[in-house]
Amino acid sequence: MLLRKGLPNLSWDFLTGLPSEIEEGGGIGPALFNSFYILFLSLAISIPLGMAAGIYLAEFAPDNRFIAFIRICVEGLSSVPSIIFGLFGISLFVDIFHLDLTILGGAVSLAFLNLPMLTRVTEESLRSVPTELKNASFALGSTHLQTIRTVLIPVALNGIITGICLTAGRAFGESAVIILTAGVTTSGELWDFNLLSPGETLAVHLWYVQSEAIVPDAGDIAQKATAVLIMIVLAINLVFRVPLWMKARRMKG
Amino acid sequence: MQATALIEINKLDLFYGAFQALKQVSLEIPQRAITAFIGPSGCGKSTLLRTLNRMNDMIPGARVEGSIEIGGTDIYGGDVHVETLRKKVGMVFQQPNPFPKSIYDNVAYGPRLHGITKRRELDEIVENSLRSAALWNEVKDHLKRSALSLSGGQQQRLCIARALAVGPDVLLMDEATSALDPISTIKIEELAQELKDRYTIVMVTHNMHQAARVSHQTVFFLNGEVVEYSATEKLFSDPSDQRTEDYISGRFG
Repeated sequence: MLLRKGLPNLSWDFLTGLPSEIEEGGGIGPALFNSFYILFLSLAISIPLGMAAGIYLAEFAPDNRFIAFIRICVEGLSSVPSIIFGLFGISLFVDIFHLDLTILGGAVSLAFLNLPMLTRVTEESLRSVPTELKNASFALGSTHLQTIRTVLIPVALNGIITGICLTAGRAFGESAVIILTAGVTTSGELWDFNLLSPGETLAVHLWYVQSEAIVPDAGDIAQKATAVLIMIVLAINLVFRVPLWMKARRMKG
Repeated sequence: MQATALIEINKLDLFYGAFQALKQVSLEIPQRAITAFIGPSGCGKSTLLRTLNRMNDMIPGARVEGSIEIGGTDIYGGDVHVETLRKKVGMVFQQPNPFPKSIYDNVAYGPRLHGITKRRELDEIVENSLRSAALWNEVKDHLKRSALSLSGGQQQRLCIARALAVGPDVLLMDEATSALDPISTIKIEELAQELKDRYTIVMVTHNMHQAARVSHQTVFFLNGEVVEYSATEKLFSDPSDQRTEDYISGRFG
């Protein structure tokens, strides 16, 4: 239903146009760009860290109380409401670093939001790899790192990618964190790579036009923006999935 | 036991935490012959097999006392790299455990770990190993197919080929046929017969008939101790220990 209302009215101008505060016909260009830019930055921070933490917890961490405590913390963090991460982002970037609302702050806060989830997913996927495969690799004289690289990660990749899709989708649609840390305005330019610009994303723009904006066609913009948002989340899933499907088909042979 | 001993086990004790799984085991395993370990479940036969390539190292709380020498080297000595040991002592497991990769990549896995990258060299190793495992003729036309598309018996022979590809002296078979149908079992047994001319084979088996059919020496274990160790024919026709006789005549176990 959301798609039916929004999709037919989409136009290139809408996708790339600058938003308007007062008149009709504003676009979502900068917000769309910021969405991708912030998503990319946050994933670039959280995927390596999250995977490293997950690999450590699954393969190297000793079995003691401290690690059990860490695990509970990770689990707890992954269920903390996102707005808390937003508040954390404000106090870190605005109060301590005096940076104002920036793309950098948004991306880092979003990365914090994603981290626990990615860590959990990586750890669980690695743990679900059959011990027989690990043993097979060890019995051929591989080191622990070689086994992780050549057997565990390839076999667990499906689960890890699923986790990345879920987090990427959630991060793309995330509004609370971004409102607080990257703001509800853009710099007004379409291609603005400056990390210190304000960085309103598509989801935030959606919230903004629905609740605060005074443009006469706010409802129309919201519908179209919604359609775009849904399509992109679907597309993110497809882009990550297709190579895996192809690989799985080959391996069933 | 006229043949020269390749493996000498001397007063070996093995503990899992407080539980003693092997008690004062001393054995000499002859070169280029098949030695079978038999005994009821939990008697320590698989445990002993796994000390030979130090797969027990990975079990938390496992501790070894006494010595095992393979080809004159104490494999629990401080200067032995476990990876080097496992290159020399290959292992085939109870469940066929090919990696979810192609047939070719399964066999090439070990050589690649140990630094062989030249295509022609790998091709040669893969072909020779598959020939040795009596699998070449069945798979030579679809080496790129998934290893998981093979039948159980073929998968197990693939695992043997994979173990042979790193050039071991010793091949450990841990109930390698217990998950297979009778015809595949016979094929593996015939294969073991061929391989014994080039490799020292140690097999753990639940199936006494199998031990009687294929092995030259048989070791009977009970509660972590070696009860009897002699030429297979003698052990099955004229056991010197009452407990051996009870076991092979089916009175327990």
